[in-house]
Amino acid sequence: MTTDTTTKTPEAAAVPPPGAASRTARARQGHRRLLTRRDRFTLALMAGVPTVLHVALVWVTALASIALAFTSWDGIGFSSIKWVGLDNFQQLFNDNPQFWPAVQHNIIWFVVLILIPTPLGLFLAVQLDKKIRFSRVYQTAFFLPVVMSLAVTGFVWQLIYNPDTGLINSLIGANKPGHYIDWIGDPHLNLWAVLVAASWRHTGYMMILYLAGLKGVDPSLREASSLDGANEWQTFKNVIFPTLRPTNTVVLVVTIIEALRAFDLVFVFNKGAQGTELLSILITNNIIGESSRIGYGSAIAVVLLVISLAVIIPYLVATFRKERRA
Amino acid sequence: MRLSPSGLSVPGPSRRSLLRGAGGAALLAGAGIPLLSACGGSGSSSDPKTVTLGSNASDAVPKKAFAEIYAAFKKQSGITVDVNTKDHNTFQEQINSYLQGTPDDVFNWFAGYRMQFFAAKKLATPIDDVWAKIGDNFPDAMKKLAKGEDGKYYFVPLYTYPWALFYRKSVFQQHGYKVPATWDELVALCKQMKKDGLVPIAFGDKDAWPAMGTFDQINFRLNGYDFHVELMGGKASWTDAKVKAVFDHWSEILPYHQDGFMGRTWQDAAQTLVSKKAGMYLLGSFVAQQFTSKADLDDLDFFAFPEINSAYGQDTVEAPTDGFMVSKAPKNKAGVTKLLEYLGTPEAEAIYLKADSSVVAASSKADTSSYTPLQKKAYEMISGAKNLTQFMDRDSRPDFTSTVMQPALQKFLQNPKGVDSLLSSIERQKKTIFASS
Repeated sequence: MTTDTTTKTPEAAAVPPPGAASRTARARQGHRRLLTRRDRFTLALMAGVPTVLHVALVWVTALASIALAFTSWDGIGFSSIKWVGLDNFQQLFNDNPQFWPAVQHNIIWFVVLILIPTPLGLFLAVQLDKKIRFSRVYQTAFFLPVVMSLAVTGFVWQLIYNPDTGLINSLIGANKPGHYIDWIGDPHLNLWAVLVAASWRHTGYMMILYLAGLKGVDPSLREASSLDGANEWQTFKNVIFPTLRPTNTVVLVVTIIEALRAFDLVFVFNKGAQGTELLSILITNNIIGESSRIGYGSAIAVVLLVISLAVIIPYLVATFRKERRA
Repeated sequence: MRLSPSGLSVPGPSRRSLLRGAGGAALLAGAGIPLLSACGGSGSSSDPKTVTLGSNASDAVPKKAFAEIYAAFKKQSGITVDVNTKDHNTFQEQINSYLQGTPDDVFNWFAGYRMQFFAAKKLATPIDDVWAKIGDNFPDAMKKLAKGEDGKYYFVPLYTYPWALFYRKSVFQQHGYKVPATWDELVALCKQMKKDGLVPIAFGDKDAWPAMGTFDQINFRLNGYDFHVELMGGKASWTDAKVKAVFDHWSEILPYHQDGFMGRTWQDAAQTLVSKKAGMYLLGSFVAQQFTSKADLDDLDFFAFPEINSAYGQDTVEAPTDGFMVSKAPKNKAGVTKLLEYLGTPEAEAIYLKADSSVVAASSKADTSSYTPLQKKAYEMISGAKNLTQFMDRDSRPDFTSTVMQPALQKFLQNPKGVDSLLSSIERQKKTIFASS
């Protein structure tokens, strides 16, 4: 979209039609006169401040962490930054016993979120859209977990899963020696336990997104399909769902983001112990705190960045291409 | 890049240094460091009557105890201690950026490698002048703990506490158990306790550090203090047969540990000792904080981890020591010296211990008459020790222990059979971390 205009303008400027040069110059002058000093100041401020913030907080920091990924630095004094080339990545891929499990867990996180809470949220949204009784109450109840901070969610679920005094083990009598079910610690269980909590929250989120989408569906579509004799499932499958396309886009992007940034829930739950390692937690453990392996932590951050870009860029390209065609 | 950390705090910076500072700030922010935390110090301390102090004593009991010490100091010297308290864990996590920014004159810290690290990085001021006055108050083992790698003093210890096996006197009496003196007796006792329906050794490793305590005990009993120091300092190899032997011993008693430990905090594990469901618990003496009833507390006792190798007996005690350090450029040096001289006296320690009875004084001159029986025993154990260790994460590089050892030990606990590959993985990671600076 923007590429078209930018490719055209330099050509137009490079080969001006003869005689038009003076006109464009006058037009430009006219433009300048149109803007008063105050206008220009305001414009500079309104475009400049966000630009500076964006460049400083997004680009400079991203580039700085990419640069730091090739160094070794303990965070004390800039003189202690040492260039180590690809060493960090080599260590990460070959020696770090937590790295590959972390990548795997981030992927599992995404797959589970897209397979379970997303359809469930859609289902709830469709039900609530039928204006059943107490629908406001249900809406609130399902959406409440989203309102709460993930740290709080993690804390609450951690109480439910507590091996000795937790709700589940107390109910099923698994808190006696020899019968323990260690929901938080057992590496075969804990990721799924924490994913239950994540799904519990994500369902509400998806529900509200789909509900908003459903509210935007033209009621005449529904009428038309019922006049054509379609039953409810057929109406949903062939008429309603296709109109939810923009919502699906948002849902997919949101879910990818949720899977890549998963952190707080697990950090509160068990600090990313064996079984629940995540990239974000590895980054934190290496950079924040006394450990201060800033170069190494940045290398993990770069891996996370590359994964994010690999997922997002093809997707955005495809979306924009489709939009342009339409 | 020739930027010194002080470049960020030079008063009245030139345009260039300001720009450098801004560039540095951007870099720091890029690395994800909470920059604002570096602004902990207060600016009002060129006043000769005030000393600023950064404190990690965020819990109610120690906070009040420290406040009483500073009040007594003010009465004696007329100098006010301006305390800037931060959450205990936050303080620890932000210590790097805190010390590089504008830190308070004095700050709470730990003895051992964690102290020597900042001394070597020139983020602390040597205090040999203070030790010239307070030196006589401390035993040699404490003096060793207070020195940096360059042989200068950097640290004033206040209190310490031992790690040991805690038990209930009444439980031992009821079943006729005897305190085990050797490894075989310990294993036999565990077996007997299991038969009697008790959890032999209470255990919770959710926070990942308690397992380090068990490793330390078996390691220096089996291989001695010197090997502990070499191993923690990154010199000895983790693939050494000696290390393997530690894990073999650990595997032998692991079945007698409370199961479900990965999801349990140390506080919950302590509750099983409080409720007499567990026979023993290996932890620091702060476990006593969980004993809220006086009768239970009086029933609590402990013994040193039993002998494994007769060459070393029970000559080493793990006794983490907390105290004070001076930041790189204190604003009121004279006041700081006075404060530290006071903190190194038995009187200051007595004030602290009155409020917190789970620890003992670091000084050998402190008045022990008001000690509880538990404190007396702890004091004897520490003062009788040939060597004092600090704890794995205080005796070694924090980046190594937190990113490698904590997950590795948890992995061992889940799968004790995979020790060999685990140890070679630890060794590989250790080499790169210790080589990095």
